Amino acid sequence: MSLLIGALTIGFILSLLALGVLISFRIFAFPDITAEGSLTLGAAVAATLLVNNVNPFLATLAAVLCASAAGATTGILHTKFKINGLLSGILVMTALYSVNLHVMGRSNVPLLSAHTFVTQAEQLGASLLGAAESVNVFGWDVSTRDISVALFSLLSAVGVAVLIYAFFRTDIGTAMRATGDNSQMIRALGVSDGNMIIFGLAVSNGLVGLAGALLAQYQGFADVQMGIGMLVWGLASVIIGEALVGVRQLGYLVGGAVMGSVFFRLLVAIALRWGLDPNDLKLITALFVFGALILPGLISKAKRSKQPVSGGAHA
Amino acid sequence: MLELNSIRKTFNPGTPNEVRSLQGVDLKLRDGSFVVVIGTNGSGKSTLLNAIAGTFFLDSGSISLSGNNVTSWPEHRRASLIGRVFQNPFSGTAPTLSIAENIALASRRGQPRGLGWALTPKLREEMHESVRSLGMGLESRLDNIIGSLSGGQRQALTLLMATWLKPKLLLLDEHTAALDPKSAEQVIQISDRIIAQGKLTTLMVTHSMQQAVTLGDRLIMMHRGQILHDLSGADKRRLRAEDLLERFEEVRRADLLDESAAEMLRRMYV
Repeated sequence: MSLLIGALTIGFILSLLALGVLISFRIFAFPDITAEGSLTLGAAVAATLLVNNVNPFLATLAAVLCASAAGATTGILHTKFKINGLLSGILVMTALYSVNLHVMGRSNVPLLSAHTFVTQAEQLGASLLGAAESVNVFGWDVSTRDISVALFSLLSAVGVAVLIYAFFRTDIGTAMRATGDNSQMIRALGVSDGNMIIFGLAVSNGLVGLAGALLAQYQGFADVQMGIGMLVWGLASVIIGEALVGVRQLGYLVGGAVMGSVFFRLLVAIALRWGLDPNDLKLITALFVFGALILPGLISKAKRSKQPVSGGAHA
Repeated sequence: MLELNSIRKTFNPGTPNEVRSLQGVDLKLRDGSFVVVIGTNGSGKSTLLNAIAGTFFLDSGSISLSGNNVTSWPEHRRASLIGRVFQNPFSGTAPTLSIAENIALASRRGQPRGLGWALTPKLREEMHESVRSLGMGLESRLDNIIGSLSGGQRQALTLLMATWLKPKLLLLDEHTAALDPKSAEQVIQISDRIIAQGKLTTLMVTHSMQQAVTLGDRLIMMHRGQILHDLSGADKRRLRAEDLLERFEEVRRADLLDESAAEMLRRMYV
């Protein structure tokens, strides 16, 4: 049971990453690998501030702002200096590796005695549920601390998802969606598509940084390596989410990304439980995304090649 | 008022692909005039519209629109003054957004966009009215995504969007060329009505001789990046499609003469 709760908690935290990837990858069709650096940046900034006794809210906010700045940098490299999108992201991600080491001062910052969102959630849970070590959930005994943290991550994910959904229904959010859809049209309606991409990547990476900050607080440390492979994990969540909801409408996409992230974490937890070598996890995730990317094309191709046969039989 | 002062543009200068698209075009449009632009392929008529819209910057010359010198304004800034409909029906709308969301975007053309809701009940009501006036039955489908509509429907909506806020200048770039004849006729009628109702200053490029003679109060014929003929008033009203074809034929003959003369010279001297 604690395995399940753990998977749900990480799933909700990383759904913020999935929402960030949804913006860059689905709304702008921009493969923004900056995410791998900005996730670590978010974790590094939050952890460093937390061990220096900064309030968890301020520490997390600072993490979001720093990660946003990283995303904006990628956007500026791409739109103002006309550097290929993927390369812009790689440049910023590479630079961020050094930045992250400088922020942390070493490769790993533990949060052993720091006051974090997680410890706050645990305290809040303890005061609400009483001093009991565990509570009964659907017949299982679950530790009060785990369930409080899981609820906290659920509320964060849902809260942010609702905010993102609302944002995309505003004037500027609608313009952002249209920019990815048809940049010529949005320029003709008076919006600078370049500025919109910079802004969108800032929002996207801010979400990724938030995921990093919360992940560091949950697992109790920030590590300079923690961002590696995160973009593909985010992509996998977005793709699973799309398969789960089946509709490409805004609300479904946002909700799907959250659900996809949670579902993906559950799959990973089950696979690991069955004895999957953790070293193979990223390989399998990459293969999964590869399959998900080419499958729609293969299916429609198979459908097309069937049609002449049936047409011929008809004739 | 639109004023072009000897505008010039050469694409890929100094390379084998050099194209002298605009070679000193002067043009003045009175407010409320509806000007039709025709010309052979590569005559620079679409380039002229793109130059005004700001798709690229000029090599020389200047453009002023209703008292603003817009020569150095980027495309998105000029959009506050200009409404545009493109040749490709896919260019003017965002396919994954709904009809209502597309119109909401157009309702803030050239204005600052903030965190207010894009769609308000009041705006929806106005949309319902205007979309019904298109006579396409789209008013009941405002929440359908635009990508599900036909080219003609999308062009009609793009037209509505381009003129939602009255533009100082409306640019129509062969906006019916990609449509089937029936949709093209429908979109042309809608265009004519909207332009007449709003007394919109309009510059319309077309391939259709029919449209060129029946629409507008002035006609410009372009050739090789310059304005060859400029007819207005009674001359424009008297114009028939045959006259235009004749003028195209003249241009073609002059071109042939040029080419055969060049060929002859080459044979003699090279």
